[in-house]
Amino acid sequence: MQSQTYNYKVVRQFAIMTVVWGIVGMLVGVIVAAQLVWPELNVAEWLHFGRLRPLHTNAVIFAFGGCALFATSYYCVQRTCHTRLFAPGLAAFTFWGWQLVIVLAAITLPLGWTSGKEYAELEWPIDILITLVWVSYAIVFFGTIGTRKTTHIYVANWFYGAFILTVALLHLVNSAEVPVTLGKSYSAYAGVQDAMIQWWYGHNAVGFFLTAGFLGMMYYFVPKQAGRPVYSYRLSVVHFWALIFTYMWAGPHHLHYTALPDWTQSIGMVFSLILLAPSWGGMINGIMTLSGAWHKLRTDPILKFLITSLSFYGMSTFEGPMMSIKTVNALSHYTDWTVGHVHSGALGWVAMVSIGAMYYLIPRMYGKTEMYSTKLITTHFWIATIGIVLYIASMWISGVMQGLMWRATNPDGTLTYSFVESVKASYPFWAIRVLGGVLFLTGMLIMFYNMIKTIAGQKAYEAPVLAPAGAHA
Amino acid sequence: MDINDARTVVTVLGFVCFIGISLWAFSGRARKGFDEAALLPFSEDDLPAPDAGRQTKEGNKNG
Repeated sequence: MQSQTYNYKVVRQFAIMTVVWGIVGMLVGVIVAAQLVWPELNVAEWLHFGRLRPLHTNAVIFAFGGCALFATSYYCVQRTCHTRLFAPGLAAFTFWGWQLVIVLAAITLPLGWTSGKEYAELEWPIDILITLVWVSYAIVFFGTIGTRKTTHIYVANWFYGAFILTVALLHLVNSAEVPVTLGKSYSAYAGVQDAMIQWWYGHNAVGFFLTAGFLGMMYYFVPKQAGRPVYSYRLSVVHFWALIFTYMWAGPHHLHYTALPDWTQSIGMVFSLILLAPSWGGMINGIMTLSGAWHKLRTDPILKFLITSLSFYGMSTFEGPMMSIKTVNALSHYTDWTVGHVHSGALGWVAMVSIGAMYYLIPRMYGKTEMYSTKLITTHFWIATIGIVLYIASMWISGVMQGLMWRATNPDGTLTYSFVESVKASYPFWAIRVLGGVLFLTGMLIMFYNMIKTIAGQKAYEAPVLAPAGAHA
Repeated sequence: MDINDARTVVTVLGFVCFIGISLWAFSGRARKGFDEAALLPFSEDDLPAPDAGRQTKEGNKNG
């Protein structure tokens, strides 16, 4: 028992690749943002905006976010179950399999292979590989929980578990397709059913991949870094079940004023509004964990990242329900406001909580107590925060402006502005967005440097598995 | 029975289930378990000894 160690190898691999894929995905994001300001940058068909944009979304969500979720879930589940990761061979397969999925995405998307479904663009051979990796992930994760040495299953593992199960379900249903050739398939669904299934998938990808998974991260790393247990465990249980019972219904708000039946749209809107309650319950639970230790926020940049991420989570989960109200959506839909909303969630919440968790994990993976430079973490924090603020503020302004220009009519009923006039008016804001993106990417490069300096000269480390405190044989 | 009746029943059961979970979470019976579970992340120190990585080989026992 004394000589058994936690499986840090797979955590270490995923943690490093989180930083690497973060840089790649955000670099592609900066390129596509620049292409909107300088259309000359669309130099070749495989580097065209239409092909690079899905590469950006897949890289940041599934490569950067995915690796962060794998790394942190594998760490959290071992640590809170006091047992080594179940099926180490399968765990290694999830790492290499997931990296292969990412590399294949980076090759096929610029080649124009796409199923045309947003956030599910990858073609059927890659879909099958994703399924194999995901089933292995579920076996490793739930196998570890099944072999735990503790009585309870910590709440973070409930969130990670829900994320793993739901993403499996979403992927299988939405990716049902009829292959035609190796690189082309057609959806098994047609018409408005296809649209509804796509956004049932799309919104629950937000709800379970980008929310439940990262809430699991929050429920482990915020208490650990703050050095105190979660504010209210009871609230975390209610938070979990409220989220599970309501998220599944919110998808139709992506299809307001479409061929989708009106009552379905209204249900989507109502459940999106209800979602405000569990979302804010979770945010309050995370932030209040720091109560009595607020001073730590002044000196600890990792806590700055974690708590700021919760603030952005609160902001975007307030903004989301508001945007799902049909009359608000009539203004916001198809404008840059949506893009701003997504990025306040993706950069502010998902990326910042992941970055905080990585700064926590990386030194521990190499037997160190902290990163090479705490100062550089602070620098990263401020550059990233300014970048996000520039990004979302510019998108809010251009989004509302576009919405108002598109709906403006003259007294005789004709449109006041042509579409291209709204494009022209958007240019300055798109330029500010590029600046915001460059700042956020710069922060990631600082993180990469800090990571390399932390790892340099260190040997990989494996911590011993200890019997849980208070457990008597 | 119409398939829509089954759908309605499932929805109502889901709601009742959630209310049940909430009542249970706020009852005194759950408190002890919650207090124990909340401390799980702190049941061991995950901070390695300073420079542990420099001295040990991968997979080696230490601690």
